[in-house]
Amino acid sequence: MSDPTEIRSGLADIVEEVADIDADEVTAEKSFVDDLDIDSLSMVEIAVQAEDKFDVKIPDDELAKLKTVGDAVRYIAENSR
Amino acid sequence: MTAPRTEVVVTGLGATTPLGGDVTSTWEALLAGRSGIRRIDGDNEWMDRHQLPVKIAAPLAVAPTEVLPRVQARRLDRCEQIALVATAEAWAHAGAPEVEPERLAVVIGTGIGGAVTLLDQDDLLEGSGLRKVSPLTVPMLMPNGPAAWVGIELGARGGVHAPVSACASGAEALAWALRLLHDGEVDVVVAGGTEACITGITVAGFVQARTLSRRNDEPERASRPFDVDRDGFVLGEGCGIMVLERAEFAAARGATVHGRLAGAGLTSDAYHITGPEPEGLGQARAIAAAVRHAGLDPSDVEHVNCHATSTVAGDVGESRAIRKALGDHPVLTAPKSALGHMVGAAGAVESIITLLSIKEGVIPASLNLDQLDPGVEFDVVTGEPRKIDLNAAVCDSFGFGGHNAAVVFTKV
Repeated sequence: MSDPTEIRSGLADIVEEVADIDADEVTAEKSFVDDLDIDSLSMVEIAVQAEDKFDVKIPDDELAKLKTVGDAVRYIAENSR
Repeated sequence: MTAPRTEVVVTGLGATTPLGGDVTSTWEALLAGRSGIRRIDGDNEWMDRHQLPVKIAAPLAVAPTEVLPRVQARRLDRCEQIALVATAEAWAHAGAPEVEPERLAVVIGTGIGGAVTLLDQDDLLEGSGLRKVSPLTVPMLMPNGPAAWVGIELGARGGVHAPVSACASGAEALAWALRLLHDGEVDVVVAGGTEACITGITVAGFVQARTLSRRNDEPERASRPFDVDRDGFVLGEGCGIMVLERAEFAAARGATVHGRLAGAGLTSDAYHITGPEPEGLGQARAIAAAVRHAGLDPSDVEHVNCHATSTVAGDVGESRAIRKALGDHPVLTAPKSALGHMVGAAGAVESIITLLSIKEGVIPASLNLDQLDPGVEFDVVTGEPRKIDLNAAVCDSFGFGGHNAAVVFTKV
């Protein structure tokens, strides 16, 4: 999957499931920590679910770099198989 | 003998139990003589799969997932979920005290903690591998988890503690809360016990220790403390929370006071890892210490809300301990006859019942006491609730490991 709109939408569903944040709030410029108030434990859950959903590997050192929703969408678009 | 330096009052109560999702519904069901014990094998296939000889338990009347927001619930073990549910009720009941965070503490005990999480996550590790294990696993299974979450929820920075003493944990939590308030470093303590561990391995473990009733065909008659035909306890789950305050602090903020936590006693048997010392010496010392701590004479204690789990050895031993510590005048009741044994929550929920008995002037009846064990020469309330003016009552709790806890409540 490489369509950024679809990836954002799929990621937003995961964030809603894990952190109860309305999917419409999960937009590209939002920071997971500062804007969406997602903690490091929830980020691990989101990453594991994203790996399954988008057939992508997100190693811990890459996960640490994904500050915003847009960062994650870009990473997934470039790395999903 | 040390008299309390400061009076400690109870300003808030919260509970979720096999009889109701809050204090009022639990209390009303107790007075109505209802039982929270039922067959659970229909909802729990593991009972048949493991051919467990016990098919009954006392599950919660209201699942915490019906009360908590979904995302909050999924980060918590069930014993943590119900700690937050009961705390919300107790805190609101107390009028949400405005207290400096540094002068607010939490003491919430549990006997088993997040055992169900431990098992579920181990299944995931074995079945699906590391990636499927929740990053919340450790905070969900750790026995200090319930106290820690409550501390975060209330912003308590005066210390968060989690006494672990099996079935005495809830009462022990109240005892430590009292000491914290006497020390004077905090004004308010949220204290109690929580337990939610009805699952295959705990039932199997208690079965193998020969402690559970097997009266599967009559669930509501299975827990029968002090009755000659008792054959063990019934595993329950629940949580009880009290908001305790220094009396001066409660008075200054105009809080409604429901009673006093007047004294507490903690002792240990150093005898056997599961069995109580048969003469009840350690239990008697705990009760006597609590009464001394309250500045009372044994003759002042009119009622004992008993630990009485419905085991053959335990109930008679406890009656000996009560006689040794107080004499034979107190009127007894045994709420586990209706609630089952909520393990680490039992002492806290039963303390709430004890306090309400004093406040409302009525003792709920003990169920299923058809023929009093001749070794128990006491007036036990049976049939209808007993209307009685009470000034002082004891709630006692004892746990595997030889832990003995007793607390004394008095009328305001």
